[in-house]
Amino acid sequence: MSRKDRVALPPVRAQRSSMTCHFCIVGCGYHVYKWPENDEGGRAPNQNALGLDFRKQLPPLAATMTAAMTNVVTDSDGKRYNIMVVPDKACVVNQGLSSTRGGKMASYMYAPEGLGKERLARPRLYTGDQWIDTTWDKALAIYCGVAKKVLDKEGPNGLAFNCFDHGGAGGGFENTWGTGKLMFTALKTPLVRIHNRPAYNSECHATRDMGIGELNNAYEDAEVADCIVSIGANSYETQTNYFLAHWLPNLQGATVEKKKKWFPGEAAEAGRIVFIDPRRTPTVSICETVAKDRMLHLEIEPGSDIALFNGLFTHVIEQGWIDKDFIAKHTAGFEETAKANRLSFEETSRITGVPVAKLRQAAEWAYKPKAGGKAKRTMHGYEKGIIWGNDNYLIQSALVDLVLATRNVGRRGTGVVRMGGHQEGYTRPPYAGDKLIFVDQEIIQGRGRTLTMWGCNSFQTTLNAEEYRQVVLRRSNIVKEAMTKARGATIEQIIDTIADAVLNKGGLFVTLIDLYPTMVMDAAHLALPAAHPGEMNLTSMNGERRMRLSEKFMEPPGVAKPDCIIAADIANTLKAMYAKEGKADMAKRFEGFEWRTEEDAFNDGFRRAGQPGAGPIDSQGGDTGHLATYALLRKAGNNGVQLPVKEVKGDKLVGTEMLYTDNKFSTKDGKAKFLPSTWPGLPKPVADQKAKYKFFVNNGRVNEVWQTGYHNRYDPHVRERYPMTIIELNPDDARALAVEPGDIVEVYNDFGSSYAMAYPDASIKKGHTFMQFGGYNGIVGDAVTSWTDRNIIPYYKGTWADIRKIGGGGHYRKIASFKSRRYQT
Amino acid sequence: MTSKLSRRQFLKVSGGLVAAPAALAAGTAQAATGEVGRTTLPYKPKAVAKASQLKDNAPVTFTFPDEASPCALVKMSRPVPGGVGPNGDIVAYSTLCTHMGCPVSYDAGTRTFRCGCHYSVFDAELAGQMVCGQATENLPQITLRYDEKSGAVTAVAVDGLIYGRQSNVL
Repeated sequence: MSRKDRVALPPVRAQRSSMTCHFCIVGCGYHVYKWPENDEGGRAPNQNALGLDFRKQLPPLAATMTAAMTNVVTDSDGKRYNIMVVPDKACVVNQGLSSTRGGKMASYMYAPEGLGKERLARPRLYTGDQWIDTTWDKALAIYCGVAKKVLDKEGPNGLAFNCFDHGGAGGGFENTWGTGKLMFTALKTPLVRIHNRPAYNSECHATRDMGIGELNNAYEDAEVADCIVSIGANSYETQTNYFLAHWLPNLQGATVEKKKKWFPGEAAEAGRIVFIDPRRTPTVSICETVAKDRMLHLEIEPGSDIALFNGLFTHVIEQGWIDKDFIAKHTAGFEETAKANRLSFEETSRITGVPVAKLRQAAEWAYKPKAGGKAKRTMHGYEKGIIWGNDNYLIQSALVDLVLATRNVGRRGTGVVRMGGHQEGYTRPPYAGDKLIFVDQEIIQGRGRTLTMWGCNSFQTTLNAEEYRQVVLRRSNIVKEAMTKARGATIEQIIDTIADAVLNKGGLFVTLIDLYPTMVMDAAHLALPAAHPGEMNLTSMNGERRMRLSEKFMEPPGVAKPDCIIAADIANTLKAMYAKEGKADMAKRFEGFEWRTEEDAFNDGFRRAGQPGAGPIDSQGGDTGHLATYALLRKAGNNGVQLPVKEVKGDKLVGTEMLYTDNKFSTKDGKAKFLPSTWPGLPKPVADQKAKYKFFVNNGRVNEVWQTGYHNRYDPHVRERYPMTIIELNPDDARALAVEPGDIVEVYNDFGSSYAMAYPDASIKKGHTFMQFGGYNGIVGDAVTSWTDRNIIPYYKGTWADIRKIGGGGHYRKIASFKSRRYQT
Repeated sequence: MTSKLSRRQFLKVSGGLVAAPAALAAGTAQAATGEVGRTTLPYKPKAVAKASQLKDNAPVTFTFPDEASPCALVKMSRPVPGGVGPNGDIVAYSTLCTHMGCPVSYDAGTRTFRCGCHYSVFDAELAGQMVCGQATENLPQITLRYDEKSGAVTAVAVDGLIYGRQSNVL
């Protein structure tokens, strides 16, 4: 079969709805067109819904419309429809751009013979030796029956959840509320961890403690910044259209007029960028092409960020490039922190490996006042390089100290923001525990009776992953063996069998609630099918707090349901079970889930936050969430509204572009807080690996693969490109290991071993490697240490391991390119 | 890749047949689009180079299937997927980036086609596979036929949708 050479055009009368991209934080706006399969638009501009003239070749940049942006789906009435999902030119976020991930949304929507054909369509039960499809009633009876036995015997502490807490696909304000309400106010379990970390914690404790929420500017601020400091982020691959539509024009000088207009009387020129990253990323290589003289790359030694920020902090104080008035009026703790963080450039250079001249240059670009004496407007964007870095809390403190001293927050063109991974969408009751729990370790140590893996895949993404998988599989097997023996059992007998295995024999009853039968199926006993945007109405917000409603345009496969409705089904089943037993107090805990639709869940959570009688709700919509109705969000389309909503004018939601413009920070007294953050060196378990093993193993996402590859693994365009998890390494190191491109290597240390496909690239320093994160055939987490910071945030990005060749890569060399992934080699 | 190979094999055995209907339809492509009984587009074969005159790693530009569709042909000096000619090393691609239609340029150093708009890179030695970038499709590869007697290289079809078109044949 050849590649497609034509597509069906949407007719003028095609149904059109809004869709925010399912994947990265940026949340590009797309339009979904849907029309009957046998209908087609014509080539003339007045004959197709795109309004484009396909009778002749379209000029460059006129459209983004590819075969991957089309599909044929089947509705519940059995009728087939064409769909086309194309980027929205009027969306201020992406301005008509699509990424290689979002551009494939149509392909990933469920069709019986499409890329998504492996989707979970019905609940499945593992009977001990095989998976069988089952009904929701039976699945819920078993799930809730076991949960109830655990609740009744041991209380909620035995009910473990690994659960998403975000927006986009597998998330959204509706679903975080539904799951959160189930876990925290109905079941009341504290044994909950978030999708990508082993506890129920924040990735941004420090900046929040300092009074600065981590998403405090708008994407437009990057267009008008004098300088962007990009820290541990690789935005071309992970926040693609934020980088392409908002950063690049600044570096190219295309926003100078805008700067002059926004900031009259200030010197304005093309923006500069400083990268802080041990790796020459594809983003760095693009900036070398675009703005060689306006970019700097500080290739720091792994884990030395704290020293770098402290050096810069000390330098700006010495140079007087700080805002003394702001510090005095709106902050606390400066003097103490200036003392604690003091580090000379010479010492900084020794620790970070960055030459003093380069440090000085970076400081001048980012913090030296402009001609005329006005302060620079510098935006700091950070992501996993420091969030998963060497002591999350201290790195963030050191960075925000530097930002506060130079007042690079709350002014347009500034901001100290996380760049983000997936979209956001958090609305939940407060966590049910009174302290942080390292949930993975609890499971490893035999605690927890049930484990629900909800919209996440810890097997592929957690730290110390090999040990975690081994223990979960072993404990799961105790339940499987018991179930195998329960031949001909009734539902009640199955529940009793499972309950006995988990309560008395060390077993772990594992349920997967997800789109696909992921690797977690190896351990699961029950699998419940969930829905994603397009199959349900779903709201999320992006990295500038822009909230949009992705509209439902088709049914989920089979009997799959939105997560919030699954949560409600679980709650309502347990309520009925307790009511039947006459336990009114327990039944009452499971009240309040009478939701018919996801909009009911949205109204119950996001829109009740801060309202009288609602009880405590932590919501990214704040206390004004009630203003955002589905009807208004539908009208707002792909531009949505930036949270928090300020007011409703007519039928328009008015939002907040930038936070802290009034210098009132998120602390009790409104003053931002400096936090001392002395450079601590590497944590011992990591230092031990470094002493013992040769290669620094960095890791992260690659452009074409979204997270665990849950869709991409079925997509030939991606699967042939990356048939296996890649590990980039220096060509000289590869030669020394007798490793050729495409060869399979083992990556191993004291914590575990994993496998990857070797991908030599001269951009990778000797002794360094970069391994694709979250892979389904090669899991970098197997070699990540079990060390975490004080808030149980792992140092995922820093481990050391040895590498050895396992096998030849002849086959991989035939199907996958091993040319440099950098635009400039 | 398996799909590419099977298509090549198909063309090998039926190359003559592919040309015939298109030859009949010469100059009347529009009429042929509606022809009953076809499942392929009526490309009109076009001689684009003589194998003996090609230099290694030096691209030759041409248009196919019509003048509005720029393409480039390169002799790779080693057999590559989709390659024709005495060494199976002659390949050709559409040079409109599949992402948003900017012209891609050939980089002889890396033997890739690169797009300066959004930085997509396509491997000329591997059927136009996207090495990195924002396109959702690899670069469309022009299906070539080689005539051993005359040494002529002829473009006969396109594997993949050319940017900015509903169908490869306008």
